[in-house]
Amino acid sequence: MAQTQDQSGNDHILTVSNLNLHYGEAQALKGINLDMARHQVTAFIGPSGCGKSTLLRCFNRMNDLVESARVDGSIRFNGDEVNESSTDVIALRRRIGMVFQQSNPFPKSIYENIVYGLRIAGVNDKATLDEAVERSLKSAAIWNEVKDRLNDSALGLSGGQAQRICIARAIAVNPEIILMDEPCSALDPISTLKIEELIEELKSKYTIVIVTHNMQQAARVSDVTAFFYLGELIEAGGTRKIFTNPEKKQTEDYITGRFG
Amino acid sequence: MKLFWKTGEPYVLATGAALAIILVMSLTLVGTVMTNGLGYFWPRALVQFELKDGSRALGQVTQREKNPISGSGRIQLKVGNRDVFGQDFRWIDENDIVSRSTPADAVLLERSEHGNYFGMLRGVTAEGMSLSAGSPYEKLQQARRLVAGKLDDTRTIKKQMSNLNTTVERLRLKLQKLEYVGKEKNSAEIVELIAVREKTMAEFSSLNEKATATQAEIGRVTAQFSDVAGGSKDISLPEIVTLQRPNSMSFFAKCGAYLERVRELLLDDPRESNTEGGLFPAIFGTVMMVLLMSVFSLPFGVVAAIYLREYARDGLMTRMVRIAVNNLAGVPSIVYGVFGLGFFVYGIGGGIDNLFFPERLPTPTFGTGGILWSSLTLALLTVPVVIVATEESLASIPKGIREGSLALGATKFQTLTKILLPMATPGIMTGLILSMARAAGEVAPLMIVGVVKLAPTLPFDSIYPYFHMDRKFMHLGFHIYDVGFQSPNVEAAKPMVFVTTMLLLAIVIIASSAAIYLRNRMRSKYTTSTF
Repeated sequence: MAQTQDQSGNDHILTVSNLNLHYGEAQALKGINLDMARHQVTAFIGPSGCGKSTLLRCFNRMNDLVESARVDGSIRFNGDEVNESSTDVIALRRRIGMVFQQSNPFPKSIYENIVYGLRIAGVNDKATLDEAVERSLKSAAIWNEVKDRLNDSALGLSGGQAQRICIARAIAVNPEIILMDEPCSALDPISTLKIEELIEELKSKYTIVIVTHNMQQAARVSDVTAFFYLGELIEAGGTRKIFTNPEKKQTEDYITGRFG
Repeated sequence: MKLFWKTGEPYVLATGAALAIILVMSLTLVGTVMTNGLGYFWPRALVQFELKDGSRALGQVTQREKNPISGSGRIQLKVGNRDVFGQDFRWIDENDIVSRSTPADAVLLERSEHGNYFGMLRGVTAEGMSLSAGSPYEKLQQARRLVAGKLDDTRTIKKQMSNLNTTVERLRLKLQKLEYVGKEKNSAEIVELIAVREKTMAEFSSLNEKATATQAEIGRVTAQFSDVAGGSKDISLPEIVTLQRPNSMSFFAKCGAYLERVRELLLDDPRESNTEGGLFPAIFGTVMMVLLMSVFSLPFGVVAAIYLREYARDGLMTRMVRIAVNNLAGVPSIVYGVFGLGFFVYGIGGGIDNLFFPERLPTPTFGTGGILWSSLTLALLTVPVVIVATEESLASIPKGIREGSLALGATKFQTLTKILLPMATPGIMTGLILSMARAAGEVAPLMIVGVVKLAPTLPFDSIYPYFHMDRKFMHLGFHIYDVGFQSPNVEAAKPMVFVTTMLLLAIVIIASSAAIYLRNRMRSKYTTSTF
């Protein structure tokens, strides 16, 4: 596997260089350059409409679904270019999982929700599937809550449970990166806390990129924070540094709540 | 007062009133049909009237109304005996009535021809049958049982004859085909076929003789009746379909007679140019046509909707197609009928005939109206409904569900088949229900692409290839029109119209209920949510 390393010797799983994205005439991302290190939690913060979700959706090419979106620039995932028409999007999405703002369990049983990714990849061996269900539900810290009702519909779960099922569903296919698009914005504080603890645990095995509106959350869970404003990456760096001693005035204003 | 308007109270009342009016109208419709239809089979009393001029009348009271001139009441009496009196009904002014009675031994005969006979039984002549019973009525019943056995025999023989007839016809066509392709007249194949045909025809005529003999035999068994005007009549037993003495029947006997009539309605063939007897061929034809229609329109509609919603790029073209589809649902159905006649019947049907059945020409096989063309025409008529319903249910699936599936590495097709289509099924079912209800009630286009007043055979039977798509069929909707407005005896056929309407309504309701039940089961499976 080709790997890129910067001078400091950090192992970068994702490298974004000079990325622009247009929705029709409007430019949503302007010349983004950013590296994300393996087994770290990167948080994207910024006011609404600053392009942080758009950038996240570039990583697994979800923007392909938006007809008017046009991307140029480069994203390298383990050294391989993502933005090429020859890239196998299906395989890419299997390696870069995603969790959405609104939990979106399929109208199937909990079990079938978890094994969905495996089944569509052609895995149908019962033992493998059972093992994957238990492993991913345990990783998503929801095994104890649902182990007795795996065959019940996933639509009957509470919001927080459903979101963790969606995380488990993403884990089940063994991705390398998990993208989280404001995973807690629709949840109550207790469920939020559970998800945050979960992120802390998942960090050891997966690289996590999380978009959040909640700055405390970014401060709590992330190792690296990137601040976006109007489609531009204003500042990125260690979370502690960004929150205590930002280099840019705009970052400081945003974090201290003077705008946004 | 201002607040009254501001809160929108009047509009709420107006909507409530509109709903109430609609409810009352539909209930009136169903109620009228039900009361008129359900009462038809109840054995009503035979009332005998003595009139002032000394004459008498016997019959069933069907209506009572006020004479607009004299102001007194008048009664519509079904007197039956069409062959004797010339008409089934007469009006009697209540001022003319001296007395009325219900003679216990008055009999009601349903005959296979000439409608009902009301009168008194006088005696039974049964040559070659030993009847042990005492009273003429008991004798007649015993004779009827004996005759019924023989009638069954002739019916089996008739069936065999009709099968032989089919075989002969097939042999004839085979011979014609051989000649058509230019075989010599004395070739072994033709000679052999002719021999087989001769044999079958001989078998046919021997059966025919047997049937004629039995019929003549049972035709000699007659019963003598006298009517209220003093005339007498000999009626041979095979002509009698039912025999009742409604005035001396107990309540339970009447219930039995009622159920027997319902059974006859649902399972028997019509008699007397459809005004009497059963509706089985029409029920069968309607249901089969609707099912065939669903088989055609559902897959096509769903596939078309999937393409329109999921794959076609949203541009001017797609929008125009969508508008066209929506407007197709509003095209008058007779236009579809004419199109079906031109395109399916003459175009495709004629083509099939030229290709596969040239030896039968100029007699058309598929090049004439039939159940296949009718179903296809109606499928064309209802496919927009399915398309619109499917598109809307696909569109109503949240974006997050699609993205969730795609983000897990599913292809668009996998997402469609594993997630979207199951979720859209309740909506698709709604479209199917609507289209089935519409197809079952449609008459105009069918009249030109395959419905007939009386079809001799069902489109499905035990003769290979079992489904006869080229056959014409009977349909309840057309039956209503035909019996109600085209029959020689409209007044007598009136109850039949109500009964047929009731059945058509029942079929639509049953089919829709079944589909609604299925849909609700699916809906609870796919959309349970705690939010």
